[in-house]
Amino acid sequence: MTVIERREVALVDLLDRLLAGGVVITGDITLRIADVDLVRIDLNALISSVNDNVPSPFGELT
Amino acid sequence: MSGLRYVYAVCRPFRSALQSQLTGVAGQPPRQLTHHGLIAVYSVVPERDFAEEPLRAHLEDLNWLAETARAHQGVIDALTVVTTPLPLRLATVFRDDSALRTMMESREEYFLRTLDRLEGRVEWGVKVYVEPRPEDTEAPAGKPESGRDYLRRRRLSARDHEYIWQEATEFAGRLHATLSSYAEDSRLHNPQSRALSGAAGQNVLNAAYLVPRGDSEEFVELVDRTKDEAPGMRVELTGPWAAYSFTGEETNEETDEETGDEGP
Repeated sequence: MTVIERREVALVDLLDRLLAGGVVITGDITLRIADVDLVRIDLNALISSVNDNVPSPFGELT
Repeated sequence: MSGLRYVYAVCRPFRSALQSQLTGVAGQPPRQLTHHGLIAVYSVVPERDFAEEPLRAHLEDLNWLAETARAHQGVIDALTVVTTPLPLRLATVFRDDSALRTMMESREEYFLRTLDRLEGRVEWGVKVYVEPRPEDTEAPAGKPESGRDYLRRRRLSARDHEYIWQEATEFAGRLHATLSSYAEDSRLHNPQSRALSGAAGQNVLNAAYLVPRGDSEEFVELVDRTKDEAPGMRVELTGPWAAYSFTGEETNEETDEETGDEGP
């Protein structure tokens, strides 16, 4: 394999990194945004939004 | 200069210029603030969108979130071409230059240490999926003939699923062990929900690996070779990323505790 195929980065992969990774800075001097609660809120919003448009075609495996 | 400071990354000073057309969040160009031997890359953003309250509201809006995440990533990508950036979490906003300097001052040692550790490294993402089987999508052939037939089908199906699941976690565990031993460091992210990713099949491994840039080709080949090893599994590679998942002691510990790390 010589060429790495680059498709557009999937939003979900990006959010894995931008919302769960990266340096977290907290304190009085920042407008403190980056915390876990927020990630949960966003992902819930994301899930409901995705569900509206693209219903999953597969049943649960378990 | 009025407006808040949205910070993308901290890095060491770099010589090459960023692309002149580059825009970041809120359509604003990235700027640099130098403090001792470090620079912060940031954009000036309007309070009406990035003060705490409007920001919280915006982050509930998928379109806004997606647009902002992509703009953030665009700047990080551009930085990756000229240096090794230490990316900050999405939506890290400071009141003004002075607040930004105070933060850089207080974390100087951590930034320098982490930048040294990440110098010349990139992150690769590897995901393993259990492919959906045809019978998951098709209606079962005919109705069960009796209650006994129904139970028999249920049992078979449950046993199949258990078997597939076991195979999948073993494969994912082996793959993770192989890749971890090659990479300098690794992190497990939570498996992605199908509703969220829109991907076919069940995600059983969602991992990130820190690899020296020069070893990347070999790493990619290593992943590629495993792809045909397990029928019914799909391996996906993403990257190279800036080292988002390896920013060190300041990230969430919880990214270490997931499932999928059950290899031998």
